[in-house]
Amino acid sequence: MNNVQNKKRANKSRSPFFFTDSFKVLSLIIIISSILLIVTFTFDIVPPILNRGIQPATFPKALLVLIIFLTLIVYFLSLKIPWKKEKKLPKQFFITLYNFILFIIIAKTLDFLLAISVLSFLVSYFWGERRIIYLLLVSILFPIIVFIFFETILGLRFPPGIITNIYYN
Amino acid sequence: MENLYLMMAPLFSSKLLIVLFFGTLFGLILGVLPGLGPTTGGALILPFTMTLDPLSAIVLLTSIYCAGTYGGAITAVLINTPGTPAAAATCLDGYPLAQKGEAGRALGMATVSSTIGGIFSVVVLVFFAPLLAQLAYEFGQPEYFALAIFGLTMLASIGDGSPIKNLIAGAFGILISTIGKDFMTSIDRFTFGINELSEGIGFIPVVVGLFAISEMLTQSTLLNQVFKRITLKAVKLPSIDDYKKTWKTILRSSGIGSFIGVLPAEGGTVASLIGYAEAKRWSKKPEDFGKGSIEGIAGAEAANNAATGGAMVPTLALGIPGSATTAVILTGLIIHGVRPGPDLFREQPEFLYGIFGSMLIANIMFFVFGFFGAKIFARITLVSNKLLWPMIFAVSVCGTYSLNQSLIDVWIMLLFGVIGFFMRRYGFSLVPVIIGLILGELVEGTLRQSLVIFEGNWLMFFTRPIALTFFILSFIALIFPLIKRKKIKND
Repeated sequence: MNNVQNKKRANKSRSPFFFTDSFKVLSLIIIISSILLIVTFTFDIVPPILNRGIQPATFPKALLVLIIFLTLIVYFLSLKIPWKKEKKLPKQFFITLYNFILFIIIAKTLDFLLAISVLSFLVSYFWGERRIIYLLLVSILFPIIVFIFFETILGLRFPPGIITNIYYN
Repeated sequence: MENLYLMMAPLFSSKLLIVLFFGTLFGLILGVLPGLGPTTGGALILPFTMTLDPLSAIVLLTSIYCAGTYGGAITAVLINTPGTPAAAATCLDGYPLAQKGEAGRALGMATVSSTIGGIFSVVVLVFFAPLLAQLAYEFGQPEYFALAIFGLTMLASIGDGSPIKNLIAGAFGILISTIGKDFMTSIDRFTFGINELSEGIGFIPVVVGLFAISEMLTQSTLLNQVFKRITLKAVKLPSIDDYKKTWKTILRSSGIGSFIGVLPAEGGTVASLIGYAEAKRWSKKPEDFGKGSIEGIAGAEAANNAATGGAMVPTLALGIPGSATTAVILTGLIIHGVRPGPDLFREQPEFLYGIFGSMLIANIMFFVFGFFGAKIFARITLVSNKLLWPMIFAVSVCGTYSLNQSLIDVWIMLLFGVIGFFMRRYGFSLVPVIIGLILGELVEGTLRQSLVIFEGNWLMFFTRPIALTFFILSFIALIFPLIKRKKIKND
């Protein structure tokens, strides 16, 4: 009797399938693959004389169909054996992710080296580092060392920006 | 005799010895740091190798590979966290033994068995790579296509992740390789009007993104994790009694590791798991496994280092990577204008035997470093993640940018970092993506050329004995994980 009650309770507490990680992840894979599959139909078609074995779109098409097919198998398997529930992502994860976006914006608009410095400082700070000397070390000294190393040893020319322009001039 | 002399050449080159020294040192540091490892480290160091000649560059990468694979054991024993995935099985007995106050003995056995496994695999490499290369002379386009398919189906049985998810990840890797201008007809594919994508997506941004950046994101979720560290006084060489207990295990695992390594796409992780399982199966005291068995450490460590030489066999002889790290080494070879395959053995034996000799020396070097320096290397794990990962980010960004001096490579790296994080979170292994990416062009190219030869008749593939053999092996590779799962269920 107890077992039956427990089972009923477990079924009640289990979230609907539409809200499970497996459904969301696998649906996303299928949606993206389907969009890409549609995109393959827009690829140019080469005339038979230039065609090397198969059309350029055929191979990616076959791959995408394979991915969709395999994802559907995983989908049905997940109905039988549900995926383990993942822990909620912590605040620091999203901060790191936002920092990546900030990095792209600064690198694109202001300066590449500055973007590295800002990201290093913010990540280190939000991950819990509060000692100012270490923050400066990681966000100023280290990026400068890396910059000079790549510049002198590999002869790399970094993209123009407010700081790199001063260095190159 | 001449080959032996060529193998010993690195010993007489001060430049190569310096490269080996730093490669081994760097590999150990990478191996010790959880989350990093020889694959990420190799990818990060790849741009720096452009300043070196081809032999020095590959020697640097292979020494990182050998030492990095061993380095994972130090963290596995002392903080119960594998420095590299290949050291996961080492945790099972290394940490319990360290908890009993025998960390020095555990690391001593890990060092000795890793060195023996590594040296054994170099011997396998020296004998089997030329033989395989000779066999590859018989290969035409259809055979290479079938071989690449075999390599991809082997992804199904890679240790972490379900077989089907591994195959999806592998297909995703191949799909990435189709981005850009079609190499046969120059038709744009998945470029979405972005000019920079016409050249395709580079290997380095994908590898650095998938391994380094995704790991950075993973670390951001583990900031509150506390490691229990075990203090190490000194590494102890195994006693005569320990040798008596383990010599058969070491030899068996060396053989298993080398064999698994030779199989395309398999690597140290699979080798160490099988090496550990076999050590337990053959042990007189299987009940001690998981509680600090010295045989368990020997079985796992000999196997994962034996896989290094094994994995280099298909990489050098066929151009098919034996593991994720050898995929990076393969990229290094291609970047430096060296085309792996049978011709390499005929035209540049001094180059190949230089690599073989260097791997041998790297195995001896990490033995010395590990034996005398494990205590210092263990301290590296004390470096705070709050400082370490921003620094790794700086190197990753500059390293990725440096190859083509293109910012789009950096954006691609970040994108793959996010993709890699979610892939790992939901149980998709990253290694198949890398193998798929590197084999993608080979698969498509050989398929299309074969169809030209066969005038579009697909059935002609099955008339070629070698190709047919690879297809049968591919079929076995696909159903093997299912049989294995059923057997485990029945047991």
